[in-house]
Amino acid sequence: MATYDGLFNALGLREWCNSGTSDAPMSMADLISKTSGDSAESSLWTIPFPSMDAFNAACSNFPQSRDLTQGLESGFLSVKDSLKVVLDPLTQPLSWMLSGAIDVMLSTPWWILIPLLLLVTWAVSRRWSVLLLVAITLCGLAFIDHYEYAMQTLAIIFVCALICVLLGVPIGIAMSRSDRLQRGVIPILDMLQTLPPFVYLIPLIFLFSVTEPKLYGIAVILYAIVPVIRLTDLGIRLVDKEVIEAADAFGMTPRQKLYGVQIPLALPNIMAGVNQTIMMSLAMVVIASMVSAPGLGILVLRGIRNLELGVGLVAGLGIVLLAVILDRVTKAALQRVNRAQN
Amino acid sequence: MTNSTNNGDKRVKISVRELYKIFGDDPESVLPYAQEGMDKPQMLQEHGHVLGLQNINVDMREGEITVIMGLSGSGKSTLIRHLNRLIEPTSGQILVDGEDVMGYNEAQLRKLRRERMSMVFQKFALLPHRTVLENAGMAQAVRGYTRRDFEADANRWLDRVGLSGYDAQYPYQLSGGMQQRVGIARALAANSDIMLMDEAFSALDPLIRTDMQDLLLDLQQELSKTVVFITHDLDEALKLADHLVILKDGYIVQQGEPQEILLRPNDPYIVDFISDINRARVLRTRSVMEPTTQPPEGSSGDVDSNDTLESVIAKAEGNTAKVFRVVHEGKQVGVLDMQMVVRALVPTGASSEGIRAAAV
Repeated sequence: MATYDGLFNALGLREWCNSGTSDAPMSMADLISKTSGDSAESSLWTIPFPSMDAFNAACSNFPQSRDLTQGLESGFLSVKDSLKVVLDPLTQPLSWMLSGAIDVMLSTPWWILIPLLLLVTWAVSRRWSVLLLVAITLCGLAFIDHYEYAMQTLAIIFVCALICVLLGVPIGIAMSRSDRLQRGVIPILDMLQTLPPFVYLIPLIFLFSVTEPKLYGIAVILYAIVPVIRLTDLGIRLVDKEVIEAADAFGMTPRQKLYGVQIPLALPNIMAGVNQTIMMSLAMVVIASMVSAPGLGILVLRGIRNLELGVGLVAGLGIVLLAVILDRVTKAALQRVNRAQN
Repeated sequence: MTNSTNNGDKRVKISVRELYKIFGDDPESVLPYAQEGMDKPQMLQEHGHVLGLQNINVDMREGEITVIMGLSGSGKSTLIRHLNRLIEPTSGQILVDGEDVMGYNEAQLRKLRRERMSMVFQKFALLPHRTVLENAGMAQAVRGYTRRDFEADANRWLDRVGLSGYDAQYPYQLSGGMQQRVGIARALAANSDIMLMDEAFSALDPLIRTDMQDLLLDLQQELSKTVVFITHDLDEALKLADHLVILKDGYIVQQGEPQEILLRPNDPYIVDFISDINRARVLRTRSVMEPTTQPPEGSSGDVDSNDTLESVIAKAEGNTAKVFRVVHEGKQVGVLDMQMVVRALVPTGASSEGIRAAAV
């Protein structure tokens, strides 16, 4: 009847195959073959790949491929509750930080917040050109009434990038000190970086309710933390061996070496990682608008949903502007660090 | 030991005893072969381990410059890193002031590195994010002193090495020679008895290198530190060394007073080395004179026992008939005629193949 009948007969598994009637619904191929009356003549050209479904056709007790996805889903659902007990309190501060930051940014009057942001820009970059660019961008966004959306987006990025640095730098330092840890962590980082951003969202939606800020917070952090970890690890490993040797020869403790030599010398690389992290959190915060992340992403989403071309384009352009000023400010800071070293 | 130095009265500061270092997966397992005298190529071929150092015995005396010379791969940099245990030996003893450094725990070792030994590196190894002053004061900063505490001291040493006024600069703003001056000031400001110098001048231009050698000799006259100096340059070794150790493939080919090695090399390897040397510039009158307190007949004048033969030739104006009185601190210690001078300038062949085995 089916192509692989012979295989199960030869293995002596026919009895197991027929024991108990399969309650799995018939596949489309089965239905078609049933209606057409006779089974398709199997020639060499039409022989199916020995897949799960092909085996199932020959032996109804063999699992179908949709059992795999269903199994994964039911498995996840069964551990979901216990996972939630652990993750919920752990991630709750993230929700508070995000909603707190958004509240603060929105409740502060614009005539305080914009000068404050400009002050931060000056402190970090010390460049008039950058300061001017930021001022024009922020005022421009406010002028077209995108101020609130932009501030929400900025608030999310500030919180997420800060957490990325707070977690990522120590992880990177630990990786630089242990080759074994590095070998273990790098595949995880590779996966986080290549997994399509939407895929993060699926399990997170099951775990947390869509109204909670931590849902998108976690998605943004997972996506954006990779560069800062990688570049911290790389930066510390690239520190001149002779300088490390000199530090040892003059009797530095491991702590003196870390804070006095390794981190300062790795700083250009760490800063480059921070720059990348900020850029990536901006990319993710747009996607995360699908799970209720506020900000400019919401407008982009509205543009897609309602086919409001203008709304989507203006919001998209606003995101580009935010990206440009964040990039310029962090790059200017990086240059300052570089100039101090060589 | 084949040679005893003529400075036997000075105290031994660092003593290396039967030191072995083998690089590889399981150095302990092949150590017995090394102890039986298996050489480096054989060790690599038969056991897959690299023999770094083999049966090193050296006494480094207080206030002397001990120069360890060898070509790259001879193990000289490995050896100097054993003295402050930047590299752990496979077996052997390292005694500093009579204490076995190998028995030190981490805190004692750190104390040794902070207070009793300082190091100068080939590529300077300054902290690029700190100013020249902060680099010079690094040793004190590591010990927990604040900038205010070490500023005066660090500035004094920067002045001494000729870097007054550069204290606020960053290392990248200085030339190589100046950077190494900072490296030396850093080592001096550590105020340690022992200075380890790992090819300290090898990365510098020849002229600057000569300057730095003069600076080191100058400082040494003033401070009398115990200096261990690594170099691959025989001219530099002969200029600086009170005690010269020649390494090859991880073992000591010959060690002793440089003049002694120059006049009586015991290995073809060393003969090769010294064949390019301007002997007249290196040999000193005390090494070739005839020791006597009898004043010579028809003396043409006095020469100091530390004068080079070159200066004697200059003094004789090429006249081979002249005879000189050799004096040390005002007293006659020998006589020197020009024939002795010419004889000493004849290139030496290897004195004997057999001595080499005894030297190992």
